Amino acid sequence: MSEKEPKVRIRDLYKIFGPDPKTALQHVREGMGKAELLEKTNHVLGLRAIDVDVLPGEITVIMGLSGSGKSTLIRHFNRLIEPTAGQVLVDGEDVISYDEAALRQLRQAKMSMVFQKFALLPHRTVLQNAGMARRVRGEDESAANAAGQKWLDRVGLGGFEGKYPHQLSGGMQQRVGLARALASDSDIMLMDEAFSALDPLIRTDMQALLLELQKDLQKTIVFITHDLDEALKLADHLVILKDGSVVQQGEPQQILLNPNDPYIEDFVSDINRARVLRVRSVMRPMNGKTTGFSGVADVNDNLERLIELSGGDTAQAFRVQQDGKDVGVLEMRDLVRALVPAHPSGSDSVR
Amino acid sequence: MAFYDGLFDALGLRTWCDAAESDGPMSMAQLLQQSSGQTAEQVAAAGTPLLETPFPSLDALAEACPAIIRTRDMTTGVEEAFLAVKDPLKVVLGPVTQPLSWALDGTMDLFEALPWFLLIPILLLITWYATRSIALVVFVGLAFAFMGFIDHYLYAVQTLSIIFVCTIISVVLGVPIGILMSRSNTVQRIAIPILDMLQTLPTFVYLIPLIFLFSVTESKLYGIAIILYAIVPVIRLTDLGIRLVDRDVIEAADAFGMTSRQKLLGVQIPLALPNIMAGVNQTIMMSLAMVVIASLVSAPGLGVLVLRGIRNLELGVGLVSGFCIVLLAILLDRVTKAALNRVNAAQTH
Repeated sequence: MSEKEPKVRIRDLYKIFGPDPKTALQHVREGMGKAELLEKTNHVLGLRAIDVDVLPGEITVIMGLSGSGKSTLIRHFNRLIEPTAGQVLVDGEDVISYDEAALRQLRQAKMSMVFQKFALLPHRTVLQNAGMARRVRGEDESAANAAGQKWLDRVGLGGFEGKYPHQLSGGMQQRVGLARALASDSDIMLMDEAFSALDPLIRTDMQALLLELQKDLQKTIVFITHDLDEALKLADHLVILKDGSVVQQGEPQQILLNPNDPYIEDFVSDINRARVLRVRSVMRPMNGKTTGFSGVADVNDNLERLIELSGGDTAQAFRVQQDGKDVGVLEMRDLVRALVPAHPSGSDSVR
Repeated sequence: MAFYDGLFDALGLRTWCDAAESDGPMSMAQLLQQSSGQTAEQVAAAGTPLLETPFPSLDALAEACPAIIRTRDMTTGVEEAFLAVKDPLKVVLGPVTQPLSWALDGTMDLFEALPWFLLIPILLLITWYATRSIALVVFVGLAFAFMGFIDHYLYAVQTLSIIFVCTIISVVLGVPIGILMSRSNTVQRIAIPILDMLQTLPTFVYLIPLIFLFSVTESKLYGIAIILYAIVPVIRLTDLGIRLVDRDVIEAADAFGMTSRQKLLGVQIPLALPNIMAGVNQTIMMSLAMVVIASLVSAPGLGVLVLRGIRNLELGVGLVSGFCIVLLAILLDRVTKAALNRVNAAQTH
């Protein structure tokens, strides 16, 4: 994974809101905190020293509570917000140096976006909305409609082309939003709390739909959420933001097992670890062990399934396989230890 | 001795004042004194009681110091200043506004030339296409039949043709101005006081400078008065409508790389359309209000009859034509509101 060139690199990005951000930036670089900055200079620190690499074909989830700067951060990818300092490199090119035409080109061809509040055009039909990106690029009506139709069918909205957005439910509207983004055929898809406004059940559906589409499409997705369960479900790479800074980023399983900050420990303490953690994060190397297994598990099984397999017997061990080959051993004792937060067991585990 | 003599003496301006001693026309106060047989000296000798202290107005000050102009001189000065700029202004405004005269006269000729058995069906068809409401079509038909029956048809058509032209011009000018206002806070800050002024100026005050600028025989005279008065709501509501467009939708338009032209035509104007249409409705109603008053400056139509009613105390003429105006107002309002509702229904969220 790591040998791939990042699709998007965010380098030392700062965003300060206020009348004189440059001066305030000096204070922040000298180490002034968010609260102090607000009190002394009346500037709001939006983002501080953000470094994130977004790998192609992966879902990078940026998670944080409201006010953590996650929505501000995603708007820097396509420069809906201008940074105070720093770089945003897309395929190696600094987006911040783009002029208006180049920026428009980037937004039309390389990056599409899905919004929390759907942001569909209320006076256009579902089909016209889905083909919007194509029409903006100057493609003719039939090409736009063909692309729109294709992706509407793909997200399960075939038959609703002629409806208007207000005639659809929230979940269906967001499917249109998704189809609109997909129809632009851009490599990068930005999703700003795309599922946060939906009912829990519909949200689960949409997550499943996104994962299923991603399996085929291998888009580079940047996904913003405040919901840790959602983040863990979708993320290949998880970035946790707090007060405008990155507190930890990495493979979600590793963050779960090795939280490096009390803030994250708090965050992860409430989730169902057995459902989220996967065998690959808890297993040990084979070390020549060949016998005494009570069964076979897949690397991507979650721990809940293993508990079910073992019938709760902590003395058992399982052979872990990936694509039919043995890759490690899962001791039930390790599994049980991993279920308890704040006692990380992943230090000697192998991925 | 006048009341404020002491003031000028104290300021040491006495010589400046007396140097300009004039024998210009007397002020109203002097005339009154003269007719009551007293002289200024007698009044002064009696002394001015404190309670009757005159307000330090131009007239009162001029009495003490002849170098200061009197109010009548001031209004004369304003008049002269206006007359001085009138001719150069006319050179510019004359040709610029000439097309308005042509439009008003041409449309009126056309409306009058169309026989009633063509024009009324055309109006009914327009009503149908705008509203899709049988009830309104019937109402419009009955209203015109009634006005025709009492021989007010021609006047109503004249009024309608003026409103028609003035509304179109108001929209053509007002929507772009509203768009400019919505895009720039500076333009908005400059435009709002002007719009406030246009809306609060009593309608008669519009007419005064226009009468001097243009001949009463030119139809653009009342055209300009009506447009100035009626253009305000369409400008305001275009500005408001565009500013009220959902920010999320605008952000989405930006995120997909729309040009500002695509954004304006494809997103902002369509979404502001209900507000713009409400503005057009207001503009039509205000044109109707003004077209009646503009009959004072020779605008033809139902207003002429109202004016005749007032001038000749022909009560019946005034009341019946007034009723026809109300009928026309209800009809225009219902039809535009119904059209507006159709626009609204098409884009409920």
